[in-house]
Amino acid sequence: MVAHAFAEPITFPAVGAALEVEHISHAFDIDGSVLPVLDDVNFSVKPGEFIALLGPSGCGKSTLLRLVAGLEPPRSGSLREDGEAISGPFPSRVVVFQDPTLFPWRTVWNNVALGLEAQGILKGQRQRVDDAIELVGLSQFRNAYPHQLSGGMAQRVALARALVNDPKILILDEPLGKLDSLTRITMQGELVALWQRKGFTTLMVTHDVEEALFLANRVIVLSDRPARIKADIAVDRPYPRHRGDPALAELRRHILGLLGLDATW
Amino acid sequence: MSTYSASKAVAIPQSVEEGAALAGRPLSFPTALLASGTGVFASAAWVLFGLSCQLWTDLSDWPRTHALSIAAFIIAGGILGATVSGKLLGRFGAGLQARAPWLLALGLFLSLWEVATAKFAWLPLPFFPPPQAIIEVYTDDLPKLLDSVVASVKLQLGGYAIGAAVGFLTGVSIGWSRSVGYWVHPVLRFIGPLPATAWLPFAFFTFPSNWSASTFLIALATGFPVTVLTWSGVASVNNAYYDVARTLGAKPSFLVLKVAIPAALPHVFVGLFMGLGSSFAVLVVAEMIGVKAGLGWYLQWAQGWAAYSNMYAALIVMSLLCSGAITLLFKTRDRLLVWQKGVVKW
Repeated sequence: MVAHAFAEPITFPAVGAALEVEHISHAFDIDGSVLPVLDDVNFSVKPGEFIALLGPSGCGKSTLLRLVAGLEPPRSGSLREDGEAISGPFPSRVVVFQDPTLFPWRTVWNNVALGLEAQGILKGQRQRVDDAIELVGLSQFRNAYPHQLSGGMAQRVALARALVNDPKILILDEPLGKLDSLTRITMQGELVALWQRKGFTTLMVTHDVEEALFLANRVIVLSDRPARIKADIAVDRPYPRHRGDPALAELRRHILGLLGLDATW
Repeated sequence: MSTYSASKAVAIPQSVEEGAALAGRPLSFPTALLASGTGVFASAAWVLFGLSCQLWTDLSDWPRTHALSIAAFIIAGGILGATVSGKLLGRFGAGLQARAPWLLALGLFLSLWEVATAKFAWLPLPFFPPPQAIIEVYTDDLPKLLDSVVASVKLQLGGYAIGAAVGFLTGVSIGWSRSVGYWVHPVLRFIGPLPATAWLPFAFFTFPSNWSASTFLIALATGFPVTVLTWSGVASVNNAYYDVARTLGAKPSFLVLKVAIPAALPHVFVGLFMGLGSSFAVLVVAEMIGVKAGLGWYLQWAQGWAAYSNMYAALIVMSLLCSGAITLLFKTRDRLLVWQKGVVKW
């Protein structure tokens, strides 16, 4: 009720955080042998930027996201959010995974409320949960259980569950990867709209060159494992973008070339 | 989704209207008989049972034969009445109609039982008492039987609750903490597979009373499956759930209470179900050997006095109690795990 007293909802930050990824290298121990996955990855993200990380399957993109989320510490190098070192998970950096990973025993509303509940601030902030559900257009399904939702709806809930925490950095690990192509196109549009409205910094891993170009300010192309930055391409086109934009088509040909897939284009 | 529920909402009144139209139309007698055939036959089977009590004289002296046959006729009349008035009785009528085949089979079985025991003794008599002898136990030995039921339920409830609680906590601890697992797992491996009844001699001289010894044994029989399944449930929780919760700011206590435990709950119920089964076995043995009260003891007492009808009467009560307990557990599970509907079935 109190929130209504303000003309504007105070819950969302105006601007996302800056992110510095400084000379990150990482490796996994598998059966005694060391498997390097990231090799001196170095880039920085301005507040509110939308970065797409593009690379071949299994190159270590998702690992990079886990490091940014703070779920694992890197072997070497450092990560900073707004200049402060990232040492563990924190709700200012929220991940949306490829699978919605909704808790099947919780209703949509309770799934979205998860973050506020975990931080012990749900009481008195229930309105934020309602707002987040409304933001992704699922108000009618607030009492549904995950098994009653379609894939696209479940992924929307996962998005709401992330957004309710007002993340400064939204980390997207192929969030649309498992959706059918029509739902995917719809949700790409919704994602751009949300990002423009909220202003959070976005870091998104994708396999889809077209998706990366439709959404991102910058596309960072990674090499095969161990991942190294191959190219850092600015996509200087206004939003909302058009999929048939010849400039994007040109960039797409260029990026596919970097990935060694330009033969058919 | 909305179209689905909308079409369903339309479909229901349609079928109700149809049903009303059907009920309002006067049916000719043969059609009515066909529509509710099984119910009528079930009623006939109970008439047969009543007659089988009356047609021949009993081979021995059983005072309840006449009353039993009257009861059979009343039941037959009830079935017939309910079948004919079918639709008027609503849900009860529908339930009865669904169970009519069983009522038919039961009537036939009781008739056969009556004839095979009380009338012609095709089955050797003291060991296979007729239905009226068992009815006699329920009417004449009721206080003792009830005392036994109360004693059994008390013992079972106490032991089961303790075993389930300890098993659940142990399971969560070893599933969650590696160091607890390190110490408890081998102990569990060593002790768990031992049948709880093997502890009988130990329990009865270690514990201050036979009652506490039996409680311990029942708790042990319950605890092992509950522990193992809770543990496997907690251990098999998808790691992604923890990742999600952690990025959203969850502390370890939240991860255990709000992630691990709810995710493991379906497994826990499998454990509770298995524990219930094995604890029944222990209950009966413990009552027979140690406590000298309860249904297990009643069974043994009846057998000792060659009171076979008492034995059967106790067996029937026992089976009703056990299946009632399992039904209760399943109902609890269905209520707690509504979210599972359409996800997992076992």
